[in-house]
Amino acid sequence: MKSPVSVTVNGKTTTANVEPRFLLVHLLRDVLGLTGTHIGCDTSQCGACTVFVNGRSAKSCTMLAVQADGAEITTIEGLASDGKFDPVQEEFWNEHGLQCGFCTPGMIMSVKDLLNRNPDPSEEEIRHGIDGNMCRCTGYQNIVKAVQAAAKA
Amino acid sequence: MAVSRMIGASVRRKEDPRLITGAGTYVDDIRRVDMAYLEFARSPYAHARIISIDVTAARALEGVIDVFIFEDIKDSAGPLPVDAAPAEDMLKPQRFALASGKVRTLGDPVAAVVADDRYVARDAAELVDVVYEPLAAVVDVEAATEEGSPLIWEDLGTNVAFRTLAGTDGIDDALAKADNVFSFRYVNQRLIPNPMETRGVVVEPEAGGGFTMWSSTQIPHMLKDRLAEGLGIPANQVRVIAPEVGGGFGCKLNVYAEEFVTALAALRNNVPVKWIEDRSEGFLATTHGRGQVNYIDVGVNDDGKVLALKTKIFADLGAYYQILTPAVPTLSQAMMTGPYDIPDGHSELIAVFTNKSPTDAYRGAGRPEATYFVERALDQTARKLDMDPSEIRRINLIRADKYPYVTPTGVEYDSAEHGTALDMAMEMIEYKDFRATQAASLNEGRYLGIGMSSYTEICGFGPSDDVGIACWESGTVKVDRSGKVTVLTGASPHGQGQETSFAQIVADDLGVPFDDVIVLHGDTSIIPYGVGTFGSRATVVGGTALRMSTDKLKEKARLIASHLLEAAPGDIVYEDGAVHVRGAPSQRKTIAEIASEAHEFQNVPRGAGIEPGFEATSLFDPDKYTFPFGTHIATVEVDVETGKVRLTRYVAVDDCGKVINPMLVDGQRHGGIVQGIGQALFEAAVYDENGQLLSGTLMDYAIPIASELVWMETDRTETPTPNNPLGIKGIGEAGTIAAAPAIVNAVVDALKPLGIDDINMPLSPQNVWHAIQAVANGAQEPS
Repeated sequence: MKSPVSVTVNGKTTTANVEPRFLLVHLLRDVLGLTGTHIGCDTSQCGACTVFVNGRSAKSCTMLAVQADGAEITTIEGLASDGKFDPVQEEFWNEHGLQCGFCTPGMIMSVKDLLNRNPDPSEEEIRHGIDGNMCRCTGYQNIVKAVQAAAKA
Repeated sequence: MAVSRMIGASVRRKEDPRLITGAGTYVDDIRRVDMAYLEFARSPYAHARIISIDVTAARALEGVIDVFIFEDIKDSAGPLPVDAAPAEDMLKPQRFALASGKVRTLGDPVAAVVADDRYVARDAAELVDVVYEPLAAVVDVEAATEEGSPLIWEDLGTNVAFRTLAGTDGIDDALAKADNVFSFRYVNQRLIPNPMETRGVVVEPEAGGGFTMWSSTQIPHMLKDRLAEGLGIPANQVRVIAPEVGGGFGCKLNVYAEEFVTALAALRNNVPVKWIEDRSEGFLATTHGRGQVNYIDVGVNDDGKVLALKTKIFADLGAYYQILTPAVPTLSQAMMTGPYDIPDGHSELIAVFTNKSPTDAYRGAGRPEATYFVERALDQTARKLDMDPSEIRRINLIRADKYPYVTPTGVEYDSAEHGTALDMAMEMIEYKDFRATQAASLNEGRYLGIGMSSYTEICGFGPSDDVGIACWESGTVKVDRSGKVTVLTGASPHGQGQETSFAQIVADDLGVPFDDVIVLHGDTSIIPYGVGTFGSRATVVGGTALRMSTDKLKEKARLIASHLLEAAPGDIVYEDGAVHVRGAPSQRKTIAEIASEAHEFQNVPRGAGIEPGFEATSLFDPDKYTFPFGTHIATVEVDVETGKVRLTRYVAVDDCGKVINPMLVDGQRHGGIVQGIGQALFEAAVYDENGQLLSGTLMDYAIPIASELVWMETDRTETPTPNNPLGIKGIGEAGTIAAAPAIVNAVVDALKPLGIDDINMPLSPQNVWHAIQAVANGAQEPS
């Protein structure tokens, strides 16, 4: 029943044998040990599991691992480079854009995607841009501030 | 060299580097060798008799390690704990970790399945074959009290769990003395807390006996003790670790069946076992909040002075008590007169079992309900007297010179300047200008509204003997021989940022660099004592415990220095992280030098009553409560064609006493306000007549998303409490308490021209549209 899946995650290529029903998020977390990507719901609402698949944000709980065969994936663990935080990470820290931190990795990945598509978003565009990511702690206001600051960085 | 003050500084959080990189370790990130996975077979009925359970097929599935039901564990685990008993004659039904005989709510755990793989465990749980005899469900909290209602606990003979009375005698006479008595009914709907991390548990048996549990909990120490008691294992063989916890909001302030079952699964099979709650499972298995119906009579003179309030509270407990379930609605009684100087008040609480998930603490816990019924009733009263809502508040707010103020329910408020908060909020929102704009807009067919909420709430619970549960907190401060500081706190924060704010308190008081302080928490084997983080208490109580410990260390430093510097202890001054002889600043030892001397213990004289080492532990049990307060004002525009409410402005003036880190305080306020907005506009646990939860996933239950919200404009006043040395009052719940009534008042204000007096929350487009149609069809009398 299991079939081989090959993915390149944060620049490193791995092959695993998985059941067809096996979720991409479980491949990342349980097989590759990349637990920065979180699972917050079972209906694709919360966005805690957001990663980059072939350069665009995707909810990894809503993809089967086999669908990601051959894909280039970036997770939160792959964002900082040369020991330096990505500007989005840095501004989440500066602006107190997180509290419990559970939604944060997925939120940051969505914000990265938003800024890739729209480097200078308005407040309204930011709010719509993160509508697929739920945060229960911050009320989103400091996240909006962090995105505004990251856009300027 | 003066060290800059850390208290009051908006420093970046120490927690964040690990959280923004995905390096934080939450429960589901824990992996142990040969770890198995646990899943539950749960009841699809809200109320049913269990006729038979057949686990043969589940057990036969390849990869399944164990399947067990109540009969298998009845000798291994006692009834689940309840820590609150507000009435002596409170009914005390016993509940066990797995259902026995009956299921009483949707999602009751009936069987536990352990397998070597998550997916297999889920498959096996679906193979558990249970035959049920469905029973009529008790869903409505008021109908549950009526004669002939089906009974959830047949042997108790009633669904009424307890009644409590609070307040002054002779309330009907007091009401009769007022020029008017107005009566209102409000529904405070059930909410589902939904922290972004669901619950989860990992248990690893220890070779020498006992076990280690990682649980997504707000109360690791309380959990440890309850597990030990319930499982009959010595408490010193149980270690509980709250790792990174992804939010709690009260729903992780509990001891849950799943924690017992996961421990039993690990012990039965001698393997590490992980259970991670699904979101949809969490909608059923984790506590809900609110769930009250409130009747309120307002005795008010024609000039707006309120003389008396009488309330009757129906509290929907759900099918069982969780640890604080019975206590939560009693807080609505205690706080029933809010920030108002009302001479007479009386409340009857009727606490009722229903076939729904247990309610328990959810951000605000009893105070949002009280604030809602008082603030709505004042608005409706003002309308009947043809007064502005701000005016009736100004007339009735407790004046600053009346503090300390004792309410009719016997609560002693500490300090407040309510009028200042109201004035500031009205100024910020440009209240008068808005009223003019509102009138002009109505001529264009636009329905604008403004609503306010003045509140006070109760935090920093204590003393323990008054509250009826342990209300102290511990704080240890250790300075190592290099002068670096390690802080241990029994408060177990889960997003509030106490690794930062507690480091600020300690760095400030000891005069050491903030970067030299680290804060540890959440592991019962590292932290000697603890209670937890809830009720806006962590900084009020846990911060004070730390302050007591730094005081002890400073005293010890003076004592050691008096020997090293050959001066009387009274002549040693502690300043900026060093001690020196009064009048001789060059005769000086830094705290690192003192700590080193205390550790080396070569130059400290024997017989001087000084122990080696440089650390102090303190436990603080508050003598009195604290009372944050403030005023929030919201403006809205309602589309009367669709019923859609749009928030246009939101202003908050809060007072939480002295502030340690303004950035963190504002973060708490933002999050709190948005949870209040969630209750006002979006969220509801909707059940059908069979007790099926219709809003049982995040697809159906609308927690606020960014685009539905509005920029929150915040300001503060600062009225220190006299009840702790830091002067702090607590801020975690204020926003949630204040926000919902402000928004509902604004929407009802907007719809006043249509003759609408009240709409039940949430003010979803559907509910607002129906209210508008009802008035149009003559169902509701225009005021």
